Amino acid sequence: MRVRVSLTVNGEQREVLVAAHKTLLEVLREDLGLTGTKHGCELGECGTCTVLVDGVPILSCLALPVELEGRAITTVEGMARGGQLHPLQQAFAELGAAQCGYCTPGILLTAQALLERGAPPTRQEIREALAGNLCRCTGYTKILDAVELAALRMAAAGGRGAAP
Amino acid sequence: MSVEKQRFSVIGQPLPKIDAWAKVTGETRYADDLVLPRMAYGKLLRSPHPHALIRRIDVTRARALPGVYAVITGADLPRVKFGILPVSQDEEALCTEKVRMVGDAVAAVAAVDEETAERACRLIEVDYEPLPALMSIEESLAHPEVRIHEYGDGPNVHKNVSLQFGDLEAAFARADLVREDVFYYEGNTHLPLEQHAAVAQWGPDGKLTLWSSTQTPHYVHRLLAVILGVPAAHIRVIAAPVGGGFGGKLDPFAHEIAACRLSQLTGRPVKIALTREEVFYVHRGRHPVLMWIKTGFTRQGDITGCHLRTWLDGGAYGSYGVASTFYTGVVNPVTYKMPVYKFEAARIFTNKPPCGPKRGHGTPQPRFALEVQIDKAAEQLGLDPVEMRRRIVAEPFTRTANHLTITTIGLGECIDKVVAASGWRQKWAGWPGGRRRSSGPRRRGVGFACSAYLTGAGTAIYWNSMPHSGVVLRADRSGAVTIQCGATDIGQGSDSILAYLPAEVLGLSPRDIHVHPADTSLTPVDLGSYSSRVTLMCGMAAIQAAERLKAVVARAVAAKLECPPEALAFRDGRVGRPDDWERALTFAQAVELAEARHGVLAFPGSYAPPRRAGKYKGGGVGPSPCYSYTACVVELSVDEETGEITVHDVWIAHDVGRALNPLLVEGQVEGSVYMGLGEALMEAQVFRKGLHKTPSMLEYKSPTALETPEIHTILVETDDPEGPFGAKEAGQGPLLPVLPAIANAVYDAVGVRVDEVPITPEKILKGLEARRQGKPARVGPERIPVFRFRDPIVVESAFGLPAENVAVRPFADGPDGGARP
Repeated sequence: MRVRVSLTVNGEQREVLVAAHKTLLEVLREDLGLTGTKHGCELGECGTCTVLVDGVPILSCLALPVELEGRAITTVEGMARGGQLHPLQQAFAELGAAQCGYCTPGILLTAQALLERGAPPTRQEIREALAGNLCRCTGYTKILDAVELAALRMAAAGGRGAAP
Repeated sequence: MSVEKQRFSVIGQPLPKIDAWAKVTGETRYADDLVLPRMAYGKLLRSPHPHALIRRIDVTRARALPGVYAVITGADLPRVKFGILPVSQDEEALCTEKVRMVGDAVAAVAAVDEETAERACRLIEVDYEPLPALMSIEESLAHPEVRIHEYGDGPNVHKNVSLQFGDLEAAFARADLVREDVFYYEGNTHLPLEQHAAVAQWGPDGKLTLWSSTQTPHYVHRLLAVILGVPAAHIRVIAAPVGGGFGGKLDPFAHEIAACRLSQLTGRPVKIALTREEVFYVHRGRHPVLMWIKTGFTRQGDITGCHLRTWLDGGAYGSYGVASTFYTGVVNPVTYKMPVYKFEAARIFTNKPPCGPKRGHGTPQPRFALEVQIDKAAEQLGLDPVEMRRRIVAEPFTRTANHLTITTIGLGECIDKVVAASGWRQKWAGWPGGRRRSSGPRRRGVGFACSAYLTGAGTAIYWNSMPHSGVVLRADRSGAVTIQCGATDIGQGSDSILAYLPAEVLGLSPRDIHVHPADTSLTPVDLGSYSSRVTLMCGMAAIQAAERLKAVVARAVAAKLECPPEALAFRDGRVGRPDDWERALTFAQAVELAEARHGVLAFPGSYAPPRRAGKYKGGGVGPSPCYSYTACVVELSVDEETGEITVHDVWIAHDVGRALNPLLVEGQVEGSVYMGLGEALMEAQVFRKGLHKTPSMLEYKSPTALETPEIHTILVETDDPEGPFGAKEAGQGPLLPVLPAIANAVYDAVGVRVDEVPITPEKILKGLEARRQGKPARVGPERIPVFRFRDPIVVESAFGLPAENVAVRPFADGPDGGARP
């Protein structure tokens, strides 16, 4: 059964006609062309497909679009504003926190949700927040470093750092 | 020995990777992100049996399903068997007569969408006649009447190797202590976050394009021609950016081949993307290896000789297995002075997914055995485990017993630095292990180990005299430089290396270099991202091409500025005389002059390793232009009540020759440490009745950010004469010492020797229980298989002889700037 769904993705209103059982991950990638969201297991185990719904990280492979009407969905494509990278994106690029880059979108969004909670997190808090996102390349070290750097820059800039 | 960095502008800088921006914005398009008009989706039907004859396949009902474009079986493909190694041509994309493992593909469907393709697969009827399944080395050897393959070195024996260098009996007779130990290393898998995917488009002109998540587009290209019966000249293979490889995307795979044939039959592009469960079965990961190692030591800790036997559980197919088999033996003598060496190895077929190369390819297993055994010997001899290793480090610019040429060795410096940084001298309280060093049930311990690894295989997968890596470098009047190279970036940063090195030579910024990788139609051949070969080999080719461009540009500018070309400097995007820099031209102006004199500015660069294969059968596996070295200290604690291990810190010093970009080298070291830690503590690819016990990312345990400790990386530079600007590998070697260092630290903490990985809480508790009962606190394999190795090929040991042909290699430029014959 196909249903019409109205989604708010990265601040834009999008209408799609999709099978009701299609996951948000599939709809983002296949119907909306937002391939920045990746799939690692499609069973909710690896964190690769993480997106934000009203600022909270969720696994898009376990979410149904029909349940998300009227909610604000953010994917990695929505992190930069007006050509200006999010401080997390900037820090990940500068510090080599993305190797193969496949887990990167999910980790960036999970970290964004963490940093938007307020005070710069401790390294242990970052570890805990990212514990549901697997990375096989980096040993997490440069990822932790990059989140710390972005948090410092955002704190210094009073919020979102360099981005407007 | 430290190398000064001031004379470089790009080399040694912690620059972002050139593809970092695309990766942090989600722009990078991996294979499964490709969508083409009219594209169909494919699925493979896989065997549920570990070993069975195929009596009949009926695809009638699947073909009749609406939305299905094509259904194929092995009968729709040329009847050729293939394999990545010429000596192991034993695979079929779609099995025709029998299946040898759960997950063997038998049919493939292309349909309007994935769901329809899956439904069609369920409508295919396959009549199997199950055969006895052999699930372990012991079973395969015990049942020669059941044959998984008809070829090999004996019933179910894929490969049987025996090589001896020097007089072993005399070596053991000279020893004050001779130890024999048995170790086991469980198999594990790569687990890249990206599942394999391929898109094939077979055009009406008869030409085929395949986009794939592959580490080896060149080998896929070569083999597709054979498998599909199409001239290689009509096939184009493009490696999409790879979302993690670690060796798991090095073979030609059924889904790639099926996508091609389905595209030909349907006249549509066809995509096949594997599920996570399929990736666990496709595998080709770390071999489970049982090892017996006998080593003679003098009272001072010198090794007099070593005899290693390995049994590899190969799984159902050859894959890279013959190379893996040799690699369990050949690299061992590179680390320490080992004057006499014998190794015997056998790879056994079993009805499980085939093993192949995973980060460290065949070498982490014997490294674990040797480094734990050295620790045990040090304790018996009353020696400090660091000092013992420090004094037996191999000599630079010599040959090993098995005729490998070693160039630079930074291991001594690695040991000194890692010992100092970790506070080893304060933390290690001497033998014996297991004494109470901390109160409560949590015992802290430290462990130490070293290793060495090759920087690129000295020989190709198929024997040839052509370059292993090639580039074409082009410059035009825009001032931009474009480099094309078949190298495949799997996250390690090879695209960035291809920008950094020409930028350094030409005095440009990496931003001025456009990199076009891994497209067999556009790029010169590079053999692929394996064996830690890419930075060295494509790097050397890139430098050669850049030097050739530089020479032509310099001649043109010299004529204009009326000075000899040698007087010119290339820096900061300009070309001119350092003593008259105001008149220096921009690089674009300089190129314009050169283009006017020379025509189109396009220069090749070629690299092949020095020819140093040992002059004995099997001597082609092991030689490498140079070897990296690593020393590692691990600090952990073990809970004596639960057996739980918490790794607190890892200090690791790695001799990388030169860090072309220290940020990327650290990333490789940290990733290696992490992966070694997973293998040491939890990762296991195990099967029950042919079925994977944990084919999901939840059940197959791997370390998260919480289990991964702080990793302290120290880079040591030795400026190797074989490497680009002196660089050696960094992506694999640093994994090797992590496992034995953890095992040695566990012993230091609780006095239990766990001689097999993964080292799980259950094993620790078993060891503690054994000790309580007054038995030896050791957990590990007790027996070795009854097996007859072939009579050894006996060769004189080359130990201590001077290195061969240092920095003499094919295709190198001579003094006149022309290529040598």
